[in-house]
Amino acid sequence: MNKYLSKKITALKPSGIRKFFDIVSEMKDAISLGVGEPDFDTPWHIRDEGIYALEKGKTFYTSNAGLKDLRIEISNYIKRTQGVGYNPDNEILVTVGGSEAIDIGLRAVINPGDEVIIPQPSYVSYEPCAVLAGAKPVIINLKAENEFRLKPDELLNAITDKTKILILPYPNNPTGAIMEEDDLRAIAEIIKEKDILVMSDEIYSALTYKEKHTSIASLDGMKERTILINGFSKAYAMTGWRLGYACGPKEIIEQMTKIHQFAIMCAPTTSQYAAVEALKHGDKDVEEMRQAYNQRRRFLLDAFRKMNLECFEPYGAFYVFPCIKEFGMTSEEFATRFLQEEKVAVVPGTAFGECGEGFLRISYAYSLESLKLAIGRLEKFVKKLRK
Amino acid sequence: MREELLAIIEKNSRIDFQELAVLLGASEEEVLNELTALEKEGIICGYHTLINWEKTSIEKVTALIEVKVTPQRGQGFDKIAERLYNYPEVRAVYLISGGYDLLITLEEKSLKEIAGFVSDKLSTLESVLSTATHFVLKKYKDHGTIFNPKKEDEREVITP
Repeated sequence: MNKYLSKKITALKPSGIRKFFDIVSEMKDAISLGVGEPDFDTPWHIRDEGIYALEKGKTFYTSNAGLKDLRIEISNYIKRTQGVGYNPDNEILVTVGGSEAIDIGLRAVINPGDEVIIPQPSYVSYEPCAVLAGAKPVIINLKAENEFRLKPDELLNAITDKTKILILPYPNNPTGAIMEEDDLRAIAEIIKEKDILVMSDEIYSALTYKEKHTSIASLDGMKERTILINGFSKAYAMTGWRLGYACGPKEIIEQMTKIHQFAIMCAPTTSQYAAVEALKHGDKDVEEMRQAYNQRRRFLLDAFRKMNLECFEPYGAFYVFPCIKEFGMTSEEFATRFLQEEKVAVVPGTAFGECGEGFLRISYAYSLESLKLAIGRLEKFVKKLRK
Repeated sequence: MREELLAIIEKNSRIDFQELAVLLGASEEEVLNELTALEKEGIICGYHTLINWEKTSIEKVTALIEVKVTPQRGQGFDKIAERLYNYPEVRAVYLISGGYDLLITLEEKSLKEIAGFVSDKLSTLESVLSTATHFVLKKYKDHGTIFNPKKEDEREVITP
């Protein structure tokens, strides 16, 4: 059968997370801190709006770009949070999750041989999507001592005359790192000077615990160079609804819409109606969830301090990224032993890039009770290893 | 800090000040001072426990009673409200806008005792014009808490 398969696809490495998933799935009574989605249910008024849309028989395709009302609400949302105006008619595309936007955004701008700069550790799909689009991925290994922020010299070193676009994944999965306005300014200057584009994946933008999130698109001269990606999964706990969006220069959005139209038609209609409700009346829910995440984040950092486990303070998303280098094991060895000996699943940092070696991703999209239980076991495990 | 602290202890009054300090990113001293202040100011009025009595063998009947009253000169509804809330079996008294004036939550051991309260104590008050008693058949949710077991975590164990 293999002779029939696409060489490009068979050459793709399977997601590093998959392998670990298979091990965990076999452990029946393990507790997991390995999930990359909120533990909250979608707020009821949003679900109710989805149900209502079904009851009213709103079961048809929407326009390719998405419901006009939804694009207007997205435009309003970005205006009120970032002060950037996007035209709902031609600068916004509603997609099937942020993931689709990443894929088609890259496909819309890449020509053979173009380079895509990807800072890692970061979400697992950037590199394969770049490869599938025909680009050469150029990886920047972010450093723990910079709190995994992207530094100007790191970017400069990665840029060549073939560089087309930089992927900017902040607030970051898996590290929880953020980029503040000053960090972004320094990066933006280089992007403008070198005349490249940026794909800013801001899916966790609503979940920051220091200053409010700043989008690079809001900086001078950056809107026309930025494909801004966001969605409903993390902010509104709507992962299963599969709904995201891309905003950008109309020429790029037009090409993305073309791919989207042929591959997808349109994002799920029910989800789009629910999302209108989320953007109109969901601010309070987001704030409540953000506050709960923040409390758990503080709990974990305090617990790490008490057990002397090295971890920089992350101010975004719902992950902490502690360092386990003191134990002289690889991330995978540590995670595997922790799972087998204490029955807690965490994700090895290497699932998000080689430079994640020596780190673990711990998700705090869990109730405080679950976190306490798991951290108790981590403490026990760490003590055992230090003996 | 005050608003977030209140939000936490409204859901979990048993949480101790050390843990509150961690969750709020404040010092233990700050939290203790704030708690003391909140109690002094009468903002925190108690640390009650939410019990689903239906699951016990103890019989309890709850009734919601709408009461129409004539407000008294100079004292409005406060005087009559006081006469009612001093009964220990009266769990809550609210002044209500709309078709009637006071809403009372009454908890007793039996239907008969509730009937007794309404006919002997409530209706005989001079300023009470009329009452309407509604018995609670089932409690689904109280104090923001849904009364059925929490469902399992249905998420995949590991996702990117």
